Amino acid sequence: MILAKPLIAGDAEGPPLELTTPLSFWGGLDVATGHVMDRHHPDFGRSLTATILMMEQGRGSSSGSSVLAEAIRIGMAPVAILLQKRDAIIVTGAMVAAELYGRNCPVILIESAADWRRIAACPWLHLSCRDGEATIDLSRPCGA
Amino acid sequence: MSQIILDSEDRALLGAEMGGAAALGMRLLLRFAEAVGATKFLSCTRAHIDGCLYHGQVSIDFVERFVALGGKVRVPTTLNVGSMDLIHPELFNGDDALRRDGTRLMRAHETLGCIPSFTCAPYQTLFRPLFGEQIAWAESNAIVFANSVIGARTNRYGDFIDLACALTGRVPDYGLHRSENRRASVHIDIREVPDDLPNDALAIAVGQAVGSMVGDAVPVVTGLPHDLSEDDLKALGAIAASSGSVAMFHAVGLTPEARTLRDATQGQNVPLIATLDAPELRRVFDSLSTAPCGSAIVAVSLGTPHFSIAEFDRLMPLIRGQKLKVDLYINTGRGVFAELQARGWDRELQHQGVTIVVDTCTYVTSIMRRLDGVVMTNSGKWAHYAPGNLGIDVVFGALEDCIASAVAGKAVRA
Repeated sequence: MILAKPLIAGDAEGPPLELTTPLSFWGGLDVATGHVMDRHHPDFGRSLTATILMMEQGRGSSSGSSVLAEAIRIGMAPVAILLQKRDAIIVTGAMVAAELYGRNCPVILIESAADWRRIAACPWLHLSCRDGEATIDLSRPCGA
Repeated sequence: MSQIILDSEDRALLGAEMGGAAALGMRLLLRFAEAVGATKFLSCTRAHIDGCLYHGQVSIDFVERFVALGGKVRVPTTLNVGSMDLIHPELFNGDDALRRDGTRLMRAHETLGCIPSFTCAPYQTLFRPLFGEQIAWAESNAIVFANSVIGARTNRYGDFIDLACALTGRVPDYGLHRSENRRASVHIDIREVPDDLPNDALAIAVGQAVGSMVGDAVPVVTGLPHDLSEDDLKALGAIAASSGSVAMFHAVGLTPEARTLRDATQGQNVPLIATLDAPELRRVFDSLSTAPCGSAIVAVSLGTPHFSIAEFDRLMPLIRGQKLKVDLYINTGRGVFAELQARGWDRELQHQGVTIVVDTCTYVTSIMRRLDGVVMTNSGKWAHYAPGNLGIDVVFGALEDCIASAVAGKAVRA
């Protein structure tokens, strides 16, 4: 069990997907398919849908907030996002989707590099993110 | 989470004493403040909203939630470009769903009490802020202009949060709202400028070079000609905010917080990260084109950011009596368009075959009649985004080059 800082509340489970380079959701995420559409990104073509997205930090235009919120609305977004640095664009998109549609995509700040590596190495994560504390369970398998 | 100190106004807003829309705006702002690590809020005097450009159903759902709650903006609030030219709706040649939803989104913002300026250059309207004002502006070129050229104070606000600031009249106290974060942290020196580049083209070459070098840092630039106009600084900032994430720059002798280099750095020593000479600036200038000079062109697009009245003053003598071989589009705001009408210039330009586009811009919506070839522009920002957005090639040139090219039907230097 790892304790971390919650930025947006919610519960989620899924496989972690670590991006080696930050992705701008605007121009980078194809909302309709959930795939990375930025041809210059090393993870071009990968699906982010239903993953727990691990990205060191955000990137790009503030229109990324709209793109993320729209992807959450139609169910093509990651189920949670883990960051190493606070990011206003991602937090804004996730909180607007929660407010408008009641769909939660929790956003969690992982400040310890050791924790980050342990999380990335797991096949499946359960996470619970409340005001004040986020917990990430690395030991429960898929569906448990 | 960081501990945020709320004052009586913040508590009143959260407690819905100013209505449900302001309370929802304040709740969003509180979360945002936590995410950026702010510890308190400030009052802002005005806002500029970038939410009128349609990005999907969420764009409409967000603003209409506030309309349903009876929301009204609490500070004078201008609007950025939308997807439609509401003055000339016949120019739109996209699909009907976007026409309907794009128009609905623009109108919903008006219902909230926003001023229907629909311009990316709110600093060219009556709602221009003054030096030192704390404001909440979205739209990257407007942000960099407000901070750098006017000395008003805004962060890079954007989607959703700009409207939350407008509905509450509050901004989180962080970033460029605070004096200590406005000092330059890197220095770029222009050692020598190419003789044959006019000031407008030089400004764009410098902006392109600066943006690609500094990312989101605040740079100070020395060595620029002291006769650069406000429109030149507008163009410099717009491209620096496109090639990088520049929210503020200092130009010594030109911008208000940089009377001297020491002024811009607030007395600190900062690293000189580059010196630019004439061949380098010429190379950067040429790199903005994706097609060679001499190419046949299908159109010319001017006015990104929106053309100012001073730019129309420069344009008119260049274009009078000329016969244009290709479409010439000029993007501008309603306020400037009203001034054109008062001068009779709108009809004069129309007779010459010029299309004036208001409320929107040729690279964010479907207006241009031909996209099957090369387009010439004098805008660095347009040259940066249009190849991706519209799938066209561009040749970049100064204003004089663009008019000469529209007459020749191919890209030429004046």
